[in-house]
Amino acid sequence: MAKFSPTIVGFACNWCCYAGADLAGTSRMKYPPNLRIIRVMCSGRIEPQFILRAFKEGADGIFIGGCHPGDCHYVSGNYKTEKRVYLLKNLLAGLGIEPERLELNWVSASEGQRFADAVTQFTERIRQLGPLGLNEPADALVAAS
Amino acid sequence: MAKSAPKIGVYVCHCGVNIAQTVDVKAVAEYAMTLPNVAVARDYMYMCSDPGQDLIKKDIKELGLTRVVVAACSPRMHEPTFRGAVFGVGMNPYLFEMCNIREQCSWVHTDKVEATEKAKDLIRSAVARVALLEPLEDRYADVTKAVMVVGAGIAGIQAALDIAEAGHKVYLVEKEPSIGGHMAQLDKTFPTLDCSACILTPKMVDASRHPNIELLTLSTVKKVSGFVGNFTVTVHQKARYVDISQCTACGDCAKVCPQRMPNEFDLGLSTRGAIYQPFPQAVPAAFCRNEEQCLGSLPLACGKCLRACEKHCVDFDQKDVDREVEVGAIVLATGMDVFDATTLPEFGYGKYPDVLTSLEFERLCSAAGPTGGHVVRITDGEEPKDVVFIHCVGSRDKAVGNEYCSRVCCMFIIKQAHLVKDKLPDCKVTSYYMDIRAYGKGFEEFYDRVRDEGVMFKRGKPSEIFKRKGKLVVRVDDTLLGKVVEHETDMVVLGVGLVPTEGHRELAQTLKLSLSSDRFFLEAHPKLRPVDTNIEGVYLAGCAQGPKDIPDTVAQAKGAASSAIALLNKGKVKVDPIVAEINEEACSSCHICEALCPYQALVYDEQKHVMTVNQILCKGCGVCPSACPSAAITLRHYTSVQIDAQLDALLRKAVSSEQLAASSSGTEA
Repeated sequence: MAKFSPTIVGFACNWCCYAGADLAGTSRMKYPPNLRIIRVMCSGRIEPQFILRAFKEGADGIFIGGCHPGDCHYVSGNYKTEKRVYLLKNLLAGLGIEPERLELNWVSASEGQRFADAVTQFTERIRQLGPLGLNEPADALVAAS
Repeated sequence: MAKSAPKIGVYVCHCGVNIAQTVDVKAVAEYAMTLPNVAVARDYMYMCSDPGQDLIKKDIKELGLTRVVVAACSPRMHEPTFRGAVFGVGMNPYLFEMCNIREQCSWVHTDKVEATEKAKDLIRSAVARVALLEPLEDRYADVTKAVMVVGAGIAGIQAALDIAEAGHKVYLVEKEPSIGGHMAQLDKTFPTLDCSACILTPKMVDASRHPNIELLTLSTVKKVSGFVGNFTVTVHQKARYVDISQCTACGDCAKVCPQRMPNEFDLGLSTRGAIYQPFPQAVPAAFCRNEEQCLGSLPLACGKCLRACEKHCVDFDQKDVDREVEVGAIVLATGMDVFDATTLPEFGYGKYPDVLTSLEFERLCSAAGPTGGHVVRITDGEEPKDVVFIHCVGSRDKAVGNEYCSRVCCMFIIKQAHLVKDKLPDCKVTSYYMDIRAYGKGFEEFYDRVRDEGVMFKRGKPSEIFKRKGKLVVRVDDTLLGKVVEHETDMVVLGVGLVPTEGHRELAQTLKLSLSSDRFFLEAHPKLRPVDTNIEGVYLAGCAQGPKDIPDTVAQAKGAASSAIALLNKGKVKVDPIVAEINEEACSSCHICEALCPYQALVYDEQKHVMTVNQILCKGCGVCPSACPSAAITLRHYTSVQIDAQLDALLRKAVSSEQLAASSSGTEA
């Protein structure tokens, strides 16, 4: 059986994490290709609804990257994200989704290596957890029809 | 109004081989053709080149494209380039979307199949997003014709002079009582052996006399608000307790002061009173009183300076003040500190008085220094017969958290070794180094000259300094000899590296600037924007951005000044149209958003009973729409509908017609 290749969606703030991801690229650091990033200006823009929607539509893991505490380009957006992620993790657990599938990490614009390491570790964690499988019954129906 | 489907053009860049060697760009372009609403998809060697941009412009004109996606490098790199290109042929620049398949795809993956699949996913997502983007209008704001320069070492002084010469008002902010910075402490400069004070002092005087420069000494930046062209800076100015306009620096006050305190300017190698002038050439030429060290004004306690000053300049009632200043740009020239050598106890700094840092040794060499320029041992005042210099103390050392090279220390030490030979020709001088980095103009020649003067350069990093029979002993693994030697000496100079100044991180947080991994300020681009920061209108000069020598510092200061001048001369700045909007019908006036906004941009309209957005104050972070329980707030360019579509497309779900309909952007004229 082929090794499970998880689908991972990322949200990265423009000023810190996205820039850190760019630096990882400029420095040619390598990490697994599973992650696809959506750029937002601030991690505070990430609606809880986006996370739930991504899981519902087939993401096996979601990686959120923001600025380090105190470094937010918009003063305090990352603190709001931190609270939302905390609440979301509780909600996910209640829905039967492992909270570890949602990762919040702080990556500054100068931390290309930290970004590459974080993505590598997170991808491996999701690989261990296996597919989320929320859509399996529907897929099975489609296959049967 | 009838809605017509958008016509999207997709352009996949090879970036030479940067993208093409890991991503099958032809396959990706062919795939893009199959996506909904895509009218044309092409691949090209360099999309950012003129012919590449012309390709897009031609298609917009000939095929009537209404949206454009470029899959190439990071939007942080070339988004402005392509927005400009589409705008050039009449398309709204916000109907352009950049898809990052280089920094976040081809450069970080090795498997061509997987990287190509990822590129396809990212383009599918970008195409879904671009279909839903809405045209936005740029707004413009006036620029305040003044600049704040923070830090008045050689970098800040040079930047201030250039900006002032261009005819703009400059506020030059310095935390110390005098401007001049570290350069004022130096005796000679490498490799030309210019007298540091002789070349710096005239600039200090020019800065203080320039009609466009206002000096704010004993001052620090407390708060910054606003945006490019329109910053409001709160400066905290400590009381000097001496009337700067009256003081003639006669020194009568200091003569009677009974207190003796270590003089910071001489790094504690000399003393000063509680009322003092840090050094004779200080600018402004006025004394300054340290409140904590002063015994007080009551006749019983002291108050001698009050009575000694004939002009009555001493004023114990002065208070610290906070002052608000409006500026269009900010230049950060906050400089550096030297590495704290007590962090490395093996070198005995702080324990043995004859182990000095290179900056302390510089004060010993200076004619204006504590010994009048005589190189003598601190312990007995005798001239040393043997001096050892140690390179890379606190630089290139992961153990102390400073992996970087401080760039100036090699030459600084070579110069000091020369000064010893110059003053004490019979003194034996040995320099223990890891590598000699003599990379600048005239550096290698100077290194050769100093070797010819008899200074011994030995490769090895000393492991320990201890005392034996009253002599200092340096234990070092001489890697050229291949053995451990114990070097008996009279005096050791530690070539300490450079570190960010105290309060550097707090200033970064106040301004929302990023720091690089060495903890100095991070520039906007390491190669092409070394003077800019990620905050528009804030520029860097000198060691605040990283260790550098005086010529590099001056060059960068001139660069920062010209960037600020260009901004001020333009007179207008573009204000991002990406701000929040409120759907008044949906707003239930719950006020949740009001408390979340860090800029107080959300204001309650008492008449309509809804929240409103102050579009000048709003910075477009999107914290409020993410929290609105009524979904009444939309962040332009990052709407929920747009992000949902991106997400769905990433996860292999086509954009639904409902989503297209939900966005007014489906409307084409």
